[in-house]
Amino acid sequence: MRRRLSREERTAYALVAPVVLYTASFVLYPLLLACYLGLTNATVANPGKFVGLENFVRILQMRSFRTTLYNTGLYFSVAVALKASLGLVLALLLHRITVFSRPIRAIILLPWVTPIAFTAIAWRWIFDPQYSCLNWALRSVGIINRNIAWLSFPSYARIAVIAVNIWRGLPFFALNILAGLKTIPQELYEAAKVDGAGAWTQFTRITMPLIAPVFAMVVLFSTIMTISDFTIVYTLTKGGPMDSTHLLATLAYQTGLTAGFLGRGAAIALFLFPVLLIVVYLQLRIMRKRWSW
Amino acid sequence: MVTMRIRRTLTNIVNYFGLLPFLLFALFPFYWMILCSIKTNIELYNPRMNPFLINLKPTVEHYVYLFQKTNFPLWFFNTFLVCTVATVFSVTLSVLAGYALARLRFRGANVLGIGIFVTYLIPPTLLFLPLAKVMGSFRLSDTLWSLIITYPSFMIPFSTWMLTAFFRTIPKEIEECALIDGCTRLQAIRKVILPLALPGIVTVTLFSFLQGWQDVIYSVAFISSSQHKTLTIGVLQELIRGDVYYWGSLMGGALIGSIPVILIFVFLLDYYIAGLTAGAVKQ
Repeated sequence: MRRRLSREERTAYALVAPVVLYTASFVLYPLLLACYLGLTNATVANPGKFVGLENFVRILQMRSFRTTLYNTGLYFSVAVALKASLGLVLALLLHRITVFSRPIRAIILLPWVTPIAFTAIAWRWIFDPQYSCLNWALRSVGIINRNIAWLSFPSYARIAVIAVNIWRGLPFFALNILAGLKTIPQELYEAAKVDGAGAWTQFTRITMPLIAPVFAMVVLFSTIMTISDFTIVYTLTKGGPMDSTHLLATLAYQTGLTAGFLGRGAAIALFLFPVLLIVVYLQLRIMRKRWSW
Repeated sequence: MVTMRIRRTLTNIVNYFGLLPFLLFALFPFYWMILCSIKTNIELYNPRMNPFLINLKPTVEHYVYLFQKTNFPLWFFNTFLVCTVATVFSVTLSVLAGYALARLRFRGANVLGIGIFVTYLIPPTLLFLPLAKVMGSFRLSDTLWSLIITYPSFMIPFSTWMLTAFFRTIPKEIEECALIDGCTRLQAIRKVILPLALPGIVTVTLFSFLQGWQDVIYSVAFISSSQHKTLTIGVLQELIRGDVYYWGSLMGGALIGSIPVILIFVFLLDYYIAGLTAGAVKQ
């Protein structure tokens, strides 16, 4: 049975329609198209034919793809773990200071605010083996005696891209955790002190449990951003040396657009999808709990 | 009492010392950019000089090169144009939808709210290949339009989400008074709600603009000719040719590209932090 729309409902649908239409055509449709392309042998110029799961079988046999999966796992786990722990330390420090806290927070935020494409260029030059400051500094204090070609050896290049990712993402963790710390009522600590709880007990029994939801949200957001990262690798190494720093995004770009195998590139990017689903599921669960939808 | 004060001063010193490495880590690449953009080539490529200082006379030659021998001014203009148009478009749409989601009762409102949040989580990495295909079939490849119509895909979800939360904080009664006084819904939005929501609108405008300014992946995927490039990929792709690096100009270009962003950020620091932590602490 058709219900007549109330005036309020008609206004509402008119107001949300542009956003819904836009999102349907530029997010939802491309997402479905990506799934479809992944099942075809389309190239940039050619619409291609349906080939079933062939692309997925092919890429799983590619050594470069398996290396990329390994890189992505490593990049994500090391970077997120370090950003989370350093971010917590940084947030606690920022929470304790009173003088100059505004300019200090502004400086801490700079790496997050400034476009990573530009700052990553500065990093690329910092990592330059011959003329740059990193090797020069390490040499002067005697840690190394020969220049390291940071971006030319797999393990060093991996360290480099992870370091830049941490530099970039740390403020996001720190400032969000700081915002979480600020919502904890001071009385809880006073009560704990009266009960004789030491600093460590206060931290593990009050601070940690109360910032846990914020912490979880930040980790989930960062997971998506870190795993789908493109710019840092594109700027620093283009995925090399020997595919050792390729992430799903850069390999998908190289395969899909540079080499022109659009279908296969789409299939590579689709490996992000399961991660996305897990993150979305967990995010919604946390939010439902907090905002009681 | 005195020992208490000494202890407090000591903890303070320890805290600031603890922050020092973080501050140096955050700032160093910027110092490096400024420094290298004004060093002469003779100094840049001399491994014996202390790279942390300027040993010879500084120069503006890299900036002159940037503005006279490259399309840098054009890339700057392209980025500015694309970001402005896309931001205005996104914020307008988001204000309308955000208002409806916050204020009006309609079927599907909940699903839509969750849907918008989920869209916010979808990274451009999943979308750039199919979008490149779409741009190709609409003959929009290598045009600024390809960027103007795709940037809202990462601007709108965040803006709508933020604005919905923001509109909810404005008391309903204010608007009901306006409706009773004879305003139509749109008049009420324009005359009563928008002025009150201005801080929220400033925040999402700022965020959208900055996110557009950062874009690399869509520009890389859609744009090929130099005169249509945005700042990020212009600097990344055209100042590095094969094995030849124009490091001085690269640093200069990176610095000038960053300055508008840093300026906006410094003036609107509080808005920025409010937006950054919106997902985390909204109660």
